[in-house]
Amino acid sequence: MSTFKPRDWGSHAPFIAPGYKSTLLRGPSRLPLAIKSGLTEGTGPRFAPASVRKLDFDLTKNGVTNGEPLGERIVVHGKVMDTDGRPQPNILVEVWQANAAGRYVHKVDQHNAPLDPNFRGSGRCMTDADGNYMFYTIKPGAYPWGNHFNAWRPNHIHLSLFGPGFATRLVTQMYFPGDPLLELDPIFLETQDPVARERLISKFSIEKTEEGFALGYQFDIVLRGRNATPMED
Amino acid sequence: MSYGETPSQTVGPYFAYGLTAQQYGYDFTDVVDPVVAGPDADGEHIRITGQVFDGNNDPVNDAMIEIWQADANGTYAENPVDVASTGFRGLGRCGTGTDAQNRFYFDTVKPGVVADGAAPFVNVIVFMRGMLVHAFTRFYFADEAELNARDDILQSVPADRRDTLIAKRVETRTGVEYRIDIHMQGDAETVFFDV
Ligand SMILES: [Fe+2]
Repeated sequence: MSTFKPRDWGSHAPFIAPGYKSTLLRGPSRLPLAIKSGLTEGTGPRFAPASVRKLDFDLTKNGVTNGEPLGERIVVHGKVMDTDGRPQPNILVEVWQANAAGRYVHKVDQHNAPLDPNFRGSGRCMTDADGNYMFYTIKPGAYPWGNHFNAWRPNHIHLSLFGPGFATRLVTQMYFPGDPLLELDPIFLETQDPVARERLISKFSIEKTEEGFALGYQFDIVLRGRNATPMED
Repeated sequence: MSYGETPSQTVGPYFAYGLTAQQYGYDFTDVVDPVVAGPDADGEHIRITGQVFDGNNDPVNDAMIEIWQADANGTYAENPVDVASTGFRGLGRCGTGTDAQNRFYFDTVKPGVVADGAAPFVNVIVFMRGMLVHAFTRFYFADEAELNARDDILQSVPADRRDTLIAKRVETRTGVEYRIDIHMQGDAETVFFDV
């Protein structure tokens, strides 16, 4: 087993990111202490394929009570790889999102937009032997939030991945191409490097689009790679 | 060919019906929950619990904490483990929104030592709205003073901040609890690691 390369802080936002107000009281104020990556960080949880049940990867079906969910049906495909381009098989991908109207099922979401009785908005899937994952869902709507006057979150899907080790843990958000709200969204913009934050935007794919059924988007995810030399202990 | 990392983004305020659905009472299953070790797992059964405080010293009611630890023999569960059948999974996840005092809790066993020169500890990740990047920390155990004094990583932490990583042992009527709070900022700010 080898250790993971350090987190590339140039690809991530800082803990305290003034454009996103909640970070001011919630981000650690001191720099994290560098430690040598060891056994703990090099290992990580594995999930059995049975962790994912039959409809977990289909958000258009897994929350149905009396019909089909409203909104634009989409299919999201992606490859999970590391920074050396190695595909990451058997990675659990958990997803959650707002419905087509921009409303979350979550009890604390007070946005004045309708819930959809046929859409919960959460699910999960696993990557296959080549690192590929896919799930069906409804394109989420934009929603307002309290960060500043007239603040709206761009359309986005939340994703959570463990990767091959605890150190490679990643929680992120997938955005949609051409969304005019992106250039106004501090959560997106606080990743300072414009090249890095482009990686958060999925690509429309006519090849992945299913004839007469669902628009296709491709969202590849890159996790930290491993160091070339194995660890000593 | 090398690729750039996908940036981290905040878990936001609405993760519960996706990541901790059963804990919060939503109609969806959890693949990870606060039970790190079932009743049949070897070792001393403990509960680890605490609160998360923001820069105003207010408890955070929408944080999500994850832990990853070795079993009582110091071995990490590297194969897929169903906690219900074999007892020890090593991984736990808990949101702070279901307890009246916004505590997280984990039902687990005290980990063994994973390497020479290391004290027993639990690896921890803190997620919440207001964090664009998650933070790593560790929980050590107050009753392991001798091993703590020899732990390379704990000793690399400035002496006046080491206490932020040490959980206090409390015997309760229901069993042994280790209590540790996470402070995001301030004088008692928890030591976070660049793992
Ligand atoms: Fe969101």
